[in-house]
Amino acid sequence: MNTDTEQRGEKGDILLDMRDVRIDGFSDERWHHIIKGVDLTLKRGEVLGLIGESGAGKSTLGKAAMGYAQPGCKIKSGSIMFDGMDLMAATEAEKRELWGSRIAYVAQSAAASFNPAHRLLDQTIEATVGHNVNTDEDARRDAVELYDSLSLPEPNTIGERYPHQVSGGQLQRIMTAMAMSPRPDLIIFDEPTTALDVTTQVEVLLAMRNIVERFNTAAIYITHDLAVVAQMADRIKVLRYGEEIEDADTNSMLTAPKEDYTKSLWSVRALEKPESPSDDIVLDIKNIDAAYGRSVKVLKDVSIKVPRGRTVAIVGESGSGKSTTARVVTGLLPPMSGSIEFNGDVLPAELKDRSKDQLRRIQMIYQMADTAMNPKQTVGEIIGRPLDFYHELSGPDRDKRVSELLRLIELDDSFIDRLPSELSGGQKQRICIARALAAEPEVIICDEVTSALDQIVQEGILKLLLRLQKELGITYLFITHDIAVVTAISDEIVVMFQGEVVEQGLKSEILQPPYPDYTKLLLSSVPEMDPNWLDNFVDARD
Amino acid sequence: MSEEKTYSAAGEVAQVRLRRSRWERTRIALGKAPISAWFGMIVIAFYAFVAIFAQFLAPFGEAEIFAKADLPWAMFAEGQAQHFFGTDQIGRDTLSRLIYGAQNTIGIALTTTILSFLIGGSLGLIAVISGSWVDQILSRGVDVLMSIPSLIFALMLLSIFGSSIPSLIMIIAVLDSTRVFRLTRSVAANVVVMDYVEAARLRGEGLGWVMRREILPNIMPPLVAEFGLRFSFVFLTIAALSFLGLGIQPPTADWGSMVRDGSRFIQFVAYDWTLALPSLLPAGAVALLTVAVNFVVDWFLHKTSGLRDEH
Repeated sequence: MNTDTEQRGEKGDILLDMRDVRIDGFSDERWHHIIKGVDLTLKRGEVLGLIGESGAGKSTLGKAAMGYAQPGCKIKSGSIMFDGMDLMAATEAEKRELWGSRIAYVAQSAAASFNPAHRLLDQTIEATVGHNVNTDEDARRDAVELYDSLSLPEPNTIGERYPHQVSGGQLQRIMTAMAMSPRPDLIIFDEPTTALDVTTQVEVLLAMRNIVERFNTAAIYITHDLAVVAQMADRIKVLRYGEEIEDADTNSMLTAPKEDYTKSLWSVRALEKPESPSDDIVLDIKNIDAAYGRSVKVLKDVSIKVPRGRTVAIVGESGSGKSTTARVVTGLLPPMSGSIEFNGDVLPAELKDRSKDQLRRIQMIYQMADTAMNPKQTVGEIIGRPLDFYHELSGPDRDKRVSELLRLIELDDSFIDRLPSELSGGQKQRICIARALAAEPEVIICDEVTSALDQIVQEGILKLLLRLQKELGITYLFITHDIAVVTAISDEIVVMFQGEVVEQGLKSEILQPPYPDYTKLLLSSVPEMDPNWLDNFVDARD
Repeated sequence: MSEEKTYSAAGEVAQVRLRRSRWERTRIALGKAPISAWFGMIVIAFYAFVAIFAQFLAPFGEAEIFAKADLPWAMFAEGQAQHFFGTDQIGRDTLSRLIYGAQNTIGIALTTTILSFLIGGSLGLIAVISGSWVDQILSRGVDVLMSIPSLIFALMLLSIFGSSIPSLIMIIAVLDSTRVFRLTRSVAANVVVMDYVEAARLRGEGLGWVMRREILPNIMPPLVAEFGLRFSFVFLTIAALSFLGLGIQPPTADWGSMVRDGSRFIQFVAYDWTLALPSLLPAGAVALLTVAVNFVVDWFLHKTSGLRDEH
């Protein structure tokens, strides 16, 4: 076994050197270029942020840094040198020896990466002991210390639990502990906080950054969230379509981006909508209590007034009852008590008691456009069905209307025959919007519609929604946890916490101090495009 | 360059598949089929051909009785080319009965399987979509049916209702539909929680639409694969019932009862091995078709499950 200094070398040495790496992927019976000649160098102890839209090749490049190509991909050419070792020439056995001991990988979904049948501690030290980096006993002791330094609760006993017994944020931190356990030279973080709430994300980011700094570990941090990468990385590399757009240290990248594409990524957060108050209430949610089954109440006395032609944003972390509120409004979950008035009339609580016309007037757009569209139906069928169902349009009339709707969402007729799998993430969400519009609704409930999208696509969708509101006078009930989205689109804000409404009011009122405690925490947890934000956040908290 | 110029929704990169006609896609898929699948498909095609054109292919009638019993290849010894595989114990031409047997056995098995999928599939979908008490009643009912060994249950029901072909088909279809119900229910349970099904319900769509248009197309691959397997099982069940004497009744030729009839000669095989043929031939026909169907099903499952070989 190597001693620490031998293994680690000096800070500033080049640890990873990738030259002109080209990776091809196989799909639809053809080879496509995924990475088109990218160089990447990483010094010991340095954190490199890798950002870009989905499909830019970030993850593929990140995995290639380990000498690994996922099934269906192959590293075609280029050189990958890891600490003097040529990974392109290394055998599978040699690479396996490296993985889990000197290079570790932290995946996006910790929940999917842990084996539910084994205790967390056993899984944390599995690779360390398996690679004979450390003895079982020492590794266990060390894991407890790691848990402690990642500020996990009850570090001595948390390892005895099973994956389902800890929260998502804790699991992500335990996965970091697992990656850190063999004291690797390089950790690859692949979107580790994307699936987490803002308030949890801050904790995880902080823990990751501290531990990487403490052990002087080099890291590649892959994400599409600029504000997150600004907190973590010393240097940022921007990728697009498998090519490098720009590479610079974090400060200069944030203050003076050179390329147009990078600038456009930066400008997204500037979108802002002027609020306009209104007293014409279209949807009036009155004193709703709701529960799933006979369990504890998920909503407690929730009242929300939604003015016509405006956007009301419901914000809160997961479990706060945002989505449940939407389910009650749509009739999927009849409330235990309370009522919903729509245009002054009480809506039947149950979906099956509502008339077709009532159903038509309230439409819904989902977070995951992937699962919101039937993969076996074409775009024409998806948009055409509400036309047929609510407006009894068929044949050429229907086709004409479908084309109109496609143009309304800034797409064209060439999309009619496509299946959802042939659309990009943003296009899918646009089709979902068109499907909602086809019903000619008064209210559209948007459930986290932009949170699965890249920043630049997000902005496109938000602009589209704003334009549609202006042109068609649609009312939005907008559920989100992203404060940047809230400022971009809302007139009024409702803050929810643990099933209760904390505050409701105009955007300007809510986003100005004085805040109730929870609103303050929620607002302060949203990362900003300032590399010192995380430090300031910690200072402010302590 | 302004931001508007760099971004357009229609210009976003997505993987657009090459437009191919159904025929082209089939041809490409066939071209890549492994040799076992080809073998299976050729055998199935041959069986289908024989079954469809049995009347024209069979040299003699299904129940036609000839004066004396012949051993297989008796013609070589006696110089008269009449009964290639000989005749059975009461002098019927074995080859002709094999050919008619294909028609009866395969036809009945196919009808039964289709019926069991119609019953099991639609009930499974209804159970999943309706949930709560509908699901409970249907699922528990199926549990009760499944708790009785199916062959014994079939024997019992056949002796109650008499072993006519319609009652044979109905009984096996109902008993088999329990398995289809379970499969449909479990695969559809993963689809029914999808947002697009919820979207269809919010739209106010009825049960029929949700079943046929939203769920069914998404659970087809496992169902088609199961169809192939079920067909083999039904086929074997019918052969087994015929072997026990409660299946297809004489003089209708079917492979199961041919195995039973021929089996009594097996003890004389020590004197002349060709005596084993009257039972081995129909048994072999059953085995070959079962293997062939499974080859094709395996290939289909592999293709649609998204498993792919590493490139």
